[in-house]
Amino acid sequence: MQKRVVFNNRTLPYLLVAPQLLVTLVFFFWPAAQAIRQSLYLPDPFGLSEQFVGLENFRFLLEDPYYRASFGTTAIFSTLVTLTSMSVALFLAVLADRVIKGSGAYRTLLIWPYAVAPAIAGVLWLFMFNPSIGVGAYYLKMLGYQWNHVLNGTEAMGLVVVASAWKQISYNFLFFLAGLQAIPKSVIEAAAIDGAAFWKRFWTIVFPLLSPTTFFLLVINVVYAFFETFAVIHTITAGGPRQDTTILVYKVFADGFVGQDLGSSAAQSVILLFLVGILTVIQFRYIERKVHY
Amino acid sequence: MAQRDGMVEKHGVGRWLTHLGLIIGILIICFPIWFAFVASTVTQEDIIRPPMPLWPGPHLIENYSRALFSGVNTPVLNMLFNSTVMALGITLGKIVISILSAFAIVYFRFPGRMLCFWLIFLTLMLPVEVRIVPTYEIAARLDLLNSYPGLILPLIASATATFLFRQLFLTIPDEIAEAARIDGAGPMRFFWDHLLPMSRTNIAALFVILFIFSWNQYLWPLLITTEPEMNTIVMGIKQMFPSGDDWADWPVIMATAILAMLPPVCVVLFMQRLFVKGLVESEK
Repeated sequence: MQKRVVFNNRTLPYLLVAPQLLVTLVFFFWPAAQAIRQSLYLPDPFGLSEQFVGLENFRFLLEDPYYRASFGTTAIFSTLVTLTSMSVALFLAVLADRVIKGSGAYRTLLIWPYAVAPAIAGVLWLFMFNPSIGVGAYYLKMLGYQWNHVLNGTEAMGLVVVASAWKQISYNFLFFLAGLQAIPKSVIEAAAIDGAAFWKRFWTIVFPLLSPTTFFLLVINVVYAFFETFAVIHTITAGGPRQDTTILVYKVFADGFVGQDLGSSAAQSVILLFLVGILTVIQFRYIERKVHY
Repeated sequence: MAQRDGMVEKHGVGRWLTHLGLIIGILIICFPIWFAFVASTVTQEDIIRPPMPLWPGPHLIENYSRALFSGVNTPVLNMLFNSTVMALGITLGKIVISILSAFAIVYFRFPGRMLCFWLIFLTLMLPVEVRIVPTYEIAARLDLLNSYPGLILPLIASATATFLFRQLFLTIPDEIAEAARIDGAGPMRFFWDHLLPMSRTNIAALFVILFIFSWNQYLWPLLITTEPEMNTIVMGIKQMFPSGDDWADWPVIMATAILAMLPPVCVVLFMQRLFVKGLVESEK
């Protein structure tokens, strides 16, 4: 944490940290403090005055069936996104790891979707599954299935999950491939000599050795599904139909900006702060371990 | 590389299945983008009467110039410019303020050093998605709505980049700073002549990752830019959809989608080595 050789200067270090600290205080801590304060107040409908209500906003929220439903939606959504993108990525990484010639080309072709913005991913999938003109919807109709995610909540959920997972495959692929290539080949060859078949070797030897990577990606993907998928949901479903794809982050936005319910939105922000805190702690405990691995 | 696979399945059906699986995977992943590209080269009539053609049509130049120079609410060229300013502003801003604060934290001892460190660390727990309404109110109070500083400043604090530089500085041998000091160099001389050149590759890798991150920002630009002239391309594309039952102008929207992903995708493709390095390091 500390150098043996340090410079002595009374003012310079403060000048050096000042820009970072200033931005941090103005745009991070001030708003966070505001959120905490607002979560304890109830503004009148005209925004002219406010009344201290203690934890009333929180009590109201936790009793609100829509908010509870949003928790459930978030849980389903992030589980599906994480499972889908990680399993597809792992499968592709295992295949790419077996390729001797040309694995670089495969890697290039598989990693570039990382650069596609979640919002753009949303627009692309919205286009393919637009109920009246989308190619996906058209072929589903030919197979006898009437696709309409605008009305059907399950289909809407499916679409936002696929769009969010699609974008994340590249990232997971890259880390799984690196993890696989770090496993000493002698271990696998020993199993091969013993006559273990490929998939048996995979599940008994490779997958357990890959667990640090898997766990790391699990945390990253949950964080991604919780926060960064806002744009996917905003572009494809805007939280609908009804509230079937309203995840927690979307609800903060919808209640705060569209519904103008500031007390409730602030209370939701505070609850999310706790969730991020927990996720960050998990992430750091794990990373501490990885350093001493 | 070839040697390490000596013992494990070198030939046979398995090998072809491996390639087949990978090719199918790539096709599925590239499918949505292929469709977007095709849609950006045909006419609206081709699209609204499904099935849409699966091969590009002859209207590429027409659609792209319509998008770039007239767009829907504002010319896409304008949104591309805004995105470029925002992405470069956030990227450079993050790098500059992070490298300076890491320098201060590693190479100086001063009262409040640990406090600074923890304040920066805590920002990891405050993503913009969590504090949107109050951050918006503060930006409005500071008169930052519809301005470039408003797009850039709230996003440039970076705990990750600060840690990265701190980590890097800690691996630089003390002898270099010692020698510099004996030569009579002050801290800023040392920073310019030694630290900065030694951090070059890391800065480049970080630049690639941060550029993609900044270019793809959605929520914050959505809140802070209410005038179409200030929209960035990634958030502006959503504004191109009509609010009622009108047909969306699909060829123009899809041309915009392709234009929006072009800069970050090019960065990944042409700077792949730096991209992978940056990605792996920024997650540590």
